[in-house]
Amino acid sequence: MVGAGIVGASCAYFLTRAGVRVTVVDRGGVASGTTGAGEGNILVSDKEPGPELDLALRSNALWRDLDEQCGGFEWEPKGGLVVAETPEVLDALTAFAGGQRAGGVAAARVAPGDLRDFEPHLADGLAGGVHYPQDAQVQPMLAAARLLRASGARLVRTAVERFLVTGDRVTGVRTGEGDLRADAVVNAAGTWAGGFAQAPLPIRPRKGFILVTQPFADPPVRHKVYTAAYVTNVASDAEGLETSGVIESTRAGTVLIGASRQRVGHDTSIDYRVLAKLARQAIGLFPVLADRQVIRAYAGLRPYSPDHLPVIGPDHRLENLFHACGHEGAGIGLAPATAEMITAQITGAGPSVEPSPFAPGRFP
Amino acid sequence: MIYDLAVVGAGPAGLTAARVAARRGLSVALLDAYAKTGGQFLRGAAQPRLTGVDVRLGRRVWAVEKSQERFEIHASETTTATTLLVATGAHDRVIPFPGWDLPGVLTAGGAQALVKGERVKPGEEVVVAGTGPFLLPVAVTLLDAGVRVKEVLEANRPSPRMAAALARVPSKAAEALGYARRLAEARVPYRTGHAVVAAHGEDSVEGVTVAKLTRDWKPYAWRTVDCDTLAVGYGFTPQADLLVQLGCRTEGDHVTVDDHQRTSVDGVLAAGEVTGVAGAAAAVVEGALAVHALIGAPPPRLLAERARLRRFARALELSYPVRDGWQHWLTPGTLVCRCEEVTVSALEEARDLGADDPRTVKLLARPGMGWCQGRMCGHAVARLTGHDPAPQKRPFAQPITLADLTLHDREDST
Amino acid sequence: MIEFRFQDRVITAEEGQSIGAALHAAGIRSWRTTRFGDRPRGLFCAIGACFDCLLTVNGRPDQRACQTVARPGDEVTA
Repeated sequence: MVGAGIVGASCAYFLTRAGVRVTVVDRGGVASGTTGAGEGNILVSDKEPGPELDLALRSNALWRDLDEQCGGFEWEPKGGLVVAETPEVLDALTAFAGGQRAGGVAAARVAPGDLRDFEPHLADGLAGGVHYPQDAQVQPMLAAARLLRASGARLVRTAVERFLVTGDRVTGVRTGEGDLRADAVVNAAGTWAGGFAQAPLPIRPRKGFILVTQPFADPPVRHKVYTAAYVTNVASDAEGLETSGVIESTRAGTVLIGASRQRVGHDTSIDYRVLAKLARQAIGLFPVLADRQVIRAYAGLRPYSPDHLPVIGPDHRLENLFHACGHEGAGIGLAPATAEMITAQITGAGPSVEPSPFAPGRFP
Repeated sequence: MIYDLAVVGAGPAGLTAARVAARRGLSVALLDAYAKTGGQFLRGAAQPRLTGVDVRLGRRVWAVEKSQERFEIHASETTTATTLLVATGAHDRVIPFPGWDLPGVLTAGGAQALVKGERVKPGEEVVVAGTGPFLLPVAVTLLDAGVRVKEVLEANRPSPRMAAALARVPSKAAEALGYARRLAEARVPYRTGHAVVAAHGEDSVEGVTVAKLTRDWKPYAWRTVDCDTLAVGYGFTPQADLLVQLGCRTEGDHVTVDDHQRTSVDGVLAAGEVTGVAGAAAAVVEGALAVHALIGAPPPRLLAERARLRRFARALELSYPVRDGWQHWLTPGTLVCRCEEVTVSALEEARDLGADDPRTVKLLARPGMGWCQGRMCGHAVARLTGHDPAPQKRPFAQPITLADLTLHDREDST
Repeated sequence: MIEFRFQDRVITAEEGQSIGAALHAAGIRSWRTTRFGDRPRGLFCAIGACFDCLLTVNGRPDQRACQTVARPGDEVTA
């Protein structure tokens, strides 16, 4: 298993429970990449009907199981609230939610007068929203660490330099601490997953910032709250900066403020102009935040693929190599279903979700 | 306007630099977070006159950005300058022990600041503990304020290196002797190889446990001392946040500079404790040196003086280290991170989950995630995970309200 | 000397003194509690680095008591 982020940890968990012996290799240790730079979202609300939503719904159910089987990662089925600033946006949002409902998502329209029943501190003048009770959150670093620990898999902290290949078969990996032989290798290397020369994939980083407020004894935000513009940004192909307000609290009492998307390579430097936009959008949704303080900010890199679908399944060039990567900003949410799919493919079990849309060979 | 020089920090280094620069005809802005100049050392003391310097107090600089060949220094307003001198000093280095978060436990620097800057007695009966020569002036300051100083406890033992260093800097030797004499007159015991290993009390300190320490700080032979206040400090940690933001090279806990006080980033100078804790005298020399180097050649006299004071500081650093034996003072319930209330056992749980470095421990157990952003627990968390403390990257050197942050939502940077 | 209010008490401070120092001098050693363990907090570092001493001044939340100069008539709450 190359990568000890949430995807690698989940795969290790599912595989070991299926009787497979797993060694996880990561140069930065558990949750040191994108997993450690996100909010821990487990969302169905931002996904349009289709393969990713199917995967998200399966994953949502699996997360509930994982909380019972393993737990200890601040599982919070808090629900999501998507708000619309104008009646036009609300109409579009409502239509979007209608499609999702047909795909199995629980979604209920919220009248403007009822918004404050969900979020007492929400701004005036919003046109309404949609409530998604299935949306949830975990503390992603703890989730990865707990799943990895519960798997019993060995974690080796070193860099994977390349795959070991004999003919057209992968037989292991070369690491900074020597060769590791394996019957199968899973590439769960997040933003670096595309860069293995023997089996490249079109996966690139999409930078995002999170602004962290001071801790609150009683945080003013209860659900994951975001504006409808977020959904369009997630699906967008723009190169430049896009931001939309995404606000939620954590069990630790802080409020996390996102979300920005930029394609600037592996650069994780801070840009205060982007942070300022996030602050403006947060105050727009929750005016009560205006005189509260931010104490921290960080950047993370979402590993994205050209069609915004994750890359899951056997490599189309090399045998015994499997990919579990390219989850963009949805890795936490999609990890368990990804792990279940990979485990089925390695052990020969039947799939719960149709795997073909995620096949690594789909790119030209 | 664009200043020739912006100085952040109005302590000994920053004040000197601003004064020298203004006298040499540079346009200078001097910023400080507090409402008065002087920094920690000159609190309440006489200070040089600053003619021709734009002094901006109460300015909490939360970030510095470099754009083109200019620096934008963000506080409640943005100051722009072509050269930046960071002289933001240091804060007390503290290590955890049971009860260290009880009210009445103050840092040594905090106790001194209360007396010197605020004319307030930190308490009536005070124990002073920790390591380093700074404990002596703190105890004397307290005595002079009419506080009963019960004991001064130095965790390290006298070192031959220190004696040799003092012999080479007679002014420092005389200063130390003066403090010792004052403590002796007041019959205040100064005990080396001793530490406060726990503080007790309900809502506030009522007493402390004092232990003798082995050379590596394992405690033995405990006793309790009644007191209402504990002043504790284990040296200092440079406050190099702005320099780290700018990407300046660091070594150990501080930023590295060359003979001209230049950091590794063009146009960024640093002086005083941010370049390694060496005290006010060195800070004054470095503040002056930075400006001389900027406008001409650094005077050899200043270079020699700085070298001498830095050698002395190095001897201090080696004679008064924080030794890992303090970890024996901890109990499972001892708070390591005061802000997030992270206990020793919570850290151990994170380590069991595979966190073997400060960053991962922080992600899993939250030490350093709170209000102070690891300023108080940074040393402890690093050592408890077997790492050397290093300056942390803090995108916000000070908290800032969301409303103030929105003012930076703009397209260009001028 | 100036006066300000802390909860229901009148506190006297010297001109230029911080709110934290004035409270400490008045024998008030803690003015907030932590959010998990309800532990009392007052001055610790007293130089603006530890954030233990936060309180609300004239409705502005989370001000550092040690860094906020007391003004006549200030309304200070936990």
